[in-house]
Amino acid sequence: MTVTLRYFAWLRERVGRSEEVLDVPRGVTTVADLIGWLQTRGPEYASAFERAEVIRAAIDHAHVRQEAPIAGAREIGFFPPVTGG
Amino acid sequence: MSVSVQAEDFDISREVAALTSDRTDIGAIVTFTGTVRGKNVGAELSSMTLEHYPGMTEAELARVEAEAHARWPLQGTRIVHRIGTLAPGDNIVLVVTASAHRHAAFEAAAFLMDYLKSRAPFWKKETDASGDGRWVDARESDDAALERWKAR
Repeated sequence: MTVTLRYFAWLRERVGRSEEVLDVPRGVTTVADLIGWLQTRGPEYASAFERAEVIRAAIDHAHVRQEAPIAGAREIGFFPPVTGG
Repeated sequence: MSVSVQAEDFDISREVAALTSDRTDIGAIVTFTGTVRGKNVGAELSSMTLEHYPGMTEAELARVEAEAHARWPLQGTRIVHRIGTLAPGDNIVLVVTASAHRHAAFEAAAFLMDYLKSRAPFWKKETDASGDGRWVDARESDDAALERWKAR
């Protein structure tokens, strides 16, 4: 499955890019699975996704929990808890 | 209902006028303005930079606004949130609510700010006088503020 990933705030800084298109392997079916897979992609990902429990995610511009399935997603965003307003 | 995410400053009077022009069914207008504090946790700030998630930000603000309209009888609402690099004292966010009576306008404005702070995808980075940047941590109290609306 091919999906666009976008990173924000300190996640973007640690990964070293703001977005990329990746081919996600079979067996990676939830946001939590995706975080686990990304952690293995290199030291920059390991650092960015180290504290998985604080990372928030959105599928196609809507907030989702980490147990959410990623099937059919066009774009998945990863970011720290929001601090606007 | 309308939301804007912009680098430019906003003019409160102009935003209120746009919401109320040619209307006589409004009896109460509440505005909330959030500004950049010059000091945070004791350290002096030289600037604050706001990053956001283009596309999702607008969608999330529109969802939050629609939720306010579903809960209170509102004649109009307006949300403006700035992005980019801001200086201490600068405006960050504007929320305007208009209703026939004050209670709905006050409550909806507080609700919009609480929801915006915990759901809209914005991130603040503070820079101090020496040029060091620090991402602002989310506050537990912001989540607590949200809980009071869920009890209703």
